[in-house]
Amino acid sequence: MKVNTMKSNKNSTQQLLRNDGIPFDASLFEEININRSAVERRASTLSGRRSVKKQWQAAWLLKAISCIDLTTLAGDDTPSNVQRLCAKAKSPVRLDILEAMGMQDENIHVGAVCVYHNFIKEAVKGLQGSSIPVAAVSTGFPAGNIPLKERIRQIEISVTAGAKEIDIVVSRDLIIQSDWKTLYNEVAACRKACGDAHMKTILATGEISTYTKVAKASWVSMMAGSDFIKTSTGKEPVNATLPVSLVMIRTIREYYELTGYKVGFKPAGGISKAKQAVNWLVLIKEELGNDWLTPDLFRFGASSLLGDIERQLEHFVTGRYSAAFRHPMA
Amino acid sequence: MKIKEIYETMSYGPAPESAEEAIQFLDNHKRKFNLFINGKWVAPSSKEYFDSINPSTKEKLAQISEANEADVNKAVAAAKRALPEWANVGGHQRARYLYALARQIQKHSRLFAVLESLDNGKPIRETRDIDIPIVIRHFYHHAGWAQLRDTELKDYKELGVIGQIIPWNFPLMMLAWKIAPAIAMGNTIVLKPAESTSLTALLFAEICEQIGLPNGVVNIITGHGKTGATLVEHKDVNKIAFTGSTEVGKIIRRATAGTGKKLSLELGGKSPFIVFEDADLDSVVEGIVDAIWFNQGQVCCAGSRLLVQESIAEKLYKKIRTRMESLRIGNALDKSIDIGAIVDKSQLKVITDLVQLGVDEGSTLCQPSWACPKEGYFYPPTMFTDVSPSATIAQEEIFGPVLVAMSFRTHKEAVKLANNTRYGLACSVWTELRTSI
Repeated sequence: MKVNTMKSNKNSTQQLLRNDGIPFDASLFEEININRSAVERRASTLSGRRSVKKQWQAAWLLKAISCIDLTTLAGDDTPSNVQRLCAKAKSPVRLDILEAMGMQDENIHVGAVCVYHNFIKEAVKGLQGSSIPVAAVSTGFPAGNIPLKERIRQIEISVTAGAKEIDIVVSRDLIIQSDWKTLYNEVAACRKACGDAHMKTILATGEISTYTKVAKASWVSMMAGSDFIKTSTGKEPVNATLPVSLVMIRTIREYYELTGYKVGFKPAGGISKAKQAVNWLVLIKEELGNDWLTPDLFRFGASSLLGDIERQLEHFVTGRYSAAFRHPMA
Repeated sequence: MKIKEIYETMSYGPAPESAEEAIQFLDNHKRKFNLFINGKWVAPSSKEYFDSINPSTKEKLAQISEANEADVNKAVAAAKRALPEWANVGGHQRARYLYALARQIQKHSRLFAVLESLDNGKPIRETRDIDIPIVIRHFYHHAGWAQLRDTELKDYKELGVIGQIIPWNFPLMMLAWKIAPAIAMGNTIVLKPAESTSLTALLFAEICEQIGLPNGVVNIITGHGKTGATLVEHKDVNKIAFTGSTEVGKIIRRATAGTGKKLSLELGGKSPFIVFEDADLDSVVEGIVDAIWFNQGQVCCAGSRLLVQESIAEKLYKKIRTRMESLRIGNALDKSIDIGAIVDKSQLKVITDLVQLGVDEGSTLCQPSWACPKEGYFYPPTMFTDVSPSATIAQEEIFGPVLVAMSFRTHKEAVKLANNTRYGLACSVWTELRTSI
């Protein structure tokens, strides 16, 4: 299978070919060996190699907003705070700021709203009239240690409730024990249960000890038909990092070169500053190319990132930093 | 560019570092630099000046003095006069001066970085994050050695007046490597920077003046090869330290033979970069970027000969070709570039000629599809494949952004190919299995 290298940005309007997965083939990833120090060096020097300033920074930050999965996954969620989140998702930036940038007609909104199953209906209602999908975390999020049958059932009821995107967690024990075939079967079963809903597979990389295993788990998840692979639940002690993201997106590139399927990437957890968001966009642009800089193929899982971006955008427009209370809360 | 357009294209904008402070420094000297001898700025006896050019734009930055024999004599005499007191002042006092130099360079690190990038063409990212921080650490480090000299190195003695001739690829860093240890141990210096990159050495001279370094301990004379040759031949010079081309190194070796002068030479390389089949190839590619495209490949220990195991050669070449496309080349002061300008016109010609020879000899040339900016001395990242060990480009040091690649069959053959060179400067090995090595 030979595929063109990605260079142009032109075909981003084309319908994305959905990853249907490929048959399990351990030979495709068995020999992976990730060089930890080289990966960490690349990740740590990348932000010094590119500088995005002025109107470029403003435009990139707006792009970052369009890629946010605006998330609330708290024990005390209620319909009212989910409603507020949806309202914020539809108009993430104050109108006067958008007008000052000439972006008021561009329909800037976040990539999705991400909630627990119990609030899907509320979120669907809150997002009526917009094209923003509701994403639900599923399969026993965040630990996933419930029977597979129950996990499948969760996906099905979430899809029925109106979730267009399902964020699943994988069985970390299978990764730790290198039981790749079982992992493949589980993820493939989840994908089947998702139907038309897009599936993001969370590896929980903070609980995987080596980059080599992260890469192998990424391969298995993509082979089993994941639409996105995602770093973390946000509940592990270590969440999204640039090095672990680098390892994952390099497997996305290899998988694309092999199959022609573009799999998306979602770092989640601990991304709360505009500067971090730019660093991630640089990483994606450098390693995967412009094609991936779209909400179809890239998302941030974040709750407080938007607030910092709003303050940066106001600074771009006015030259001054404002207090957080000057931006409408979610 | 409108935000809407950038939002759609997600392009990088220009990110220029300000040259204002560096321009101010040049203007303070009226764009004309004299020689720094015995703690004073003196006009060259030759009355001749030559131009220092910004290779990113080909614009003239300043005029630099051409020191002749009379100037060299003056500088060496000043160093000789300063020697007894500098040696007797003791390690602790010298440590204080070295600390002061380190602190002042640190304080002016942005100015040094910008001036270096303007003069040499290397990316501001490299001068800012690599060259100047290393320079600062060097002076601090050797301040420590100066402090310890009287207790830990009691049996050591200064050599005397040292003539130092440095290259243009890491101008201030080479200055630091030469000057810091030498003055720490009580020697005095006459240093000649490369003719194409004298500016940061002259700024360093100004720093020496500011911290009140005793007159004559450090003398900076500028000029071409003839100035260097005069310094090498001077009878009162006790040691020559040279970093630069193998060819000039040989000349210096001959000139100093039998004179009793001590000599240290740091010359060229054609270093192998060995990749075994079990290596993490994406990481290898970034290693190659840093090995051969860092500082436009103008690095003595550049990994310029890629030796790759036959089983993965094509796969790795393909990854390298893809990576070359996304490298960014441009004005050295742009913070978003990977590759800056070649130091000057003559070096650009050396590279261009050797690459042409590589093509003529039948190796396969690969360069990215994009074109270099026209306004400066730029050369694109280049890779040759199908290179045989007998090809000129596999034997000669190119000193430019040119990688020559060949494959090997077995570990034994890799070692043999790696050692099949007149040089022996550096080597890197990429494997994830220690059993490979």
